[in-house]
Amino acid sequence: MLTGLNLSILIFAFEGGGTIIDVNPGVIFWTIVTFVILMFILKKVAWKPILTALDQRESSIRESLEKAENAKEEAEKILLKNQEMLSKADEESKKLVNKSRKYADGLKEQMLKESKEQAQKIVNDATLEIERQREAAFEELKSQVAEIAVQAAEKILRKNLNMETQKKIADNFINEITKN
Amino acid sequence: MTNTIQDTVTVADTVHKSEGGSGWILHHVLDSHKIDFTPFGSINLPHLSLFGLDISITKHIFFSWIVALLLIVLLVIVAKSYKKSLIPKGITNLFEIIIIFVRDEIVKPTIGKGYEYFLPFHLTIFFFVLLSNLFGLIPYSTTVTSNIAVTAALAGISFVAIQFAGIRSNGFFGYFKGLIPSGMPALLLIIIIPLEILGLFTKPFALCIRLFANMIAGHVVILSLIGLIFIFKAFVYVVAPVAVGFALFIYLLEILVALIQAYIFTMLTALFIGMAVHQEH
Repeated sequence: MLTGLNLSILIFAFEGGGTIIDVNPGVIFWTIVTFVILMFILKKVAWKPILTALDQRESSIRESLEKAENAKEEAEKILLKNQEMLSKADEESKKLVNKSRKYADGLKEQMLKESKEQAQKIVNDATLEIERQREAAFEELKSQVAEIAVQAAEKILRKNLNMETQKKIADNFINEITKN
Repeated sequence: MTNTIQDTVTVADTVHKSEGGSGWILHHVLDSHKIDFTPFGSINLPHLSLFGLDISITKHIFFSWIVALLLIVLLVIVAKSYKKSLIPKGITNLFEIIIIFVRDEIVKPTIGKGYEYFLPFHLTIFFFVLLSNLFGLIPYSTTVTSNIAVTAALAGISFVAIQFAGIRSNGFFGYFKGLIPSGMPALLLIIIIPLEILGLFTKPFALCIRLFANMIAGHVVILSLIGLIFIFKAFVYVVAPVAVGFALFIYLLEILVALIQAYIFTMLTALFIGMAVHQEH
């Protein structure tokens, strides 16, 4: 009954002819023929187009990724450049403001100095003028006083000068000269 | 005339074996000259011979052609779908996964540089073995790879491919010289040379036996389990559910085995080719 499960019978005994380890040369022949033809047909109609398509897709994905990466890098570069430019512009403007402020300050100071000088000069000029005017006035006064004095003296002399007094004065004069 | 004689012999055998022998299992597993569609009759296949060699079309050859045709049709559909767009759709997805698996997990790591040359060969082996294995699970069909002649032929092709790959990259003398480890004492060569030559043949021999045994074992187990129902006729209501349950389990296991064996066959072929290409000196 249980011979149905006996493996030794499976391999070694089968009245219908043949066992499972019978190697039929015809089958080997046909399998090789089938396989070789199948391989060449598939190589032509299937493997080549499929593998190229896969390669193409992979390379296109790789390219897209690389492109995206490049674009990102480019954008970052531009951003950096923009920032740099912005900061440069900021610096430039700061410099410009500083410069103009300095200039304005300088100008202010100079103007102040100049105006001060001008004022001083005016004052000086004025002082000089006043001095000159004063001196002139003094001179005039002096000459006028002298004239008046001479006139007054003339008037007095005309009134008091006589022979005696004239002689006294002349004597005194002569004495002084001899003493010297 | 011979056909009728043979038919009567087969029928007689079947009747004889159905009495409890093991012949009916072999009848299902073994190659034959007709395609059986019990109970709808059977188709006889033509007998051919070439230079005295019997090259009759057998059941296994017929089904290997069906497998080949199906592969061509399916893969042409896949190839065409790539022409439309590079984005996979439908069955292209399934095939793409397998193709990429074979390329990136089997061929690329084992062969390395220049693997593209061997890729079509490995893809064909993988798909042919896989579909042949899976075909055995279809009723009225047969497992092409459970015929030792088929696996022997596939292993023979692997053998040729391995030697070809080795000679192609190392030169004829370089390859056979590279088989012997360098720096061997002359005395040891007497032992080493026959060993290495034997090693060349044991590799494909193991491939052949492994695939054949794995594919036939599942079927024999399933048939034996089903056979239990007929052996224990008296307890049919007890035995039948258990036997069918176990048979179903083995059947599902067969799906896994079909995938694993296709993988192993391709993987080992790629490994041996890789070893032949990159010889250690």
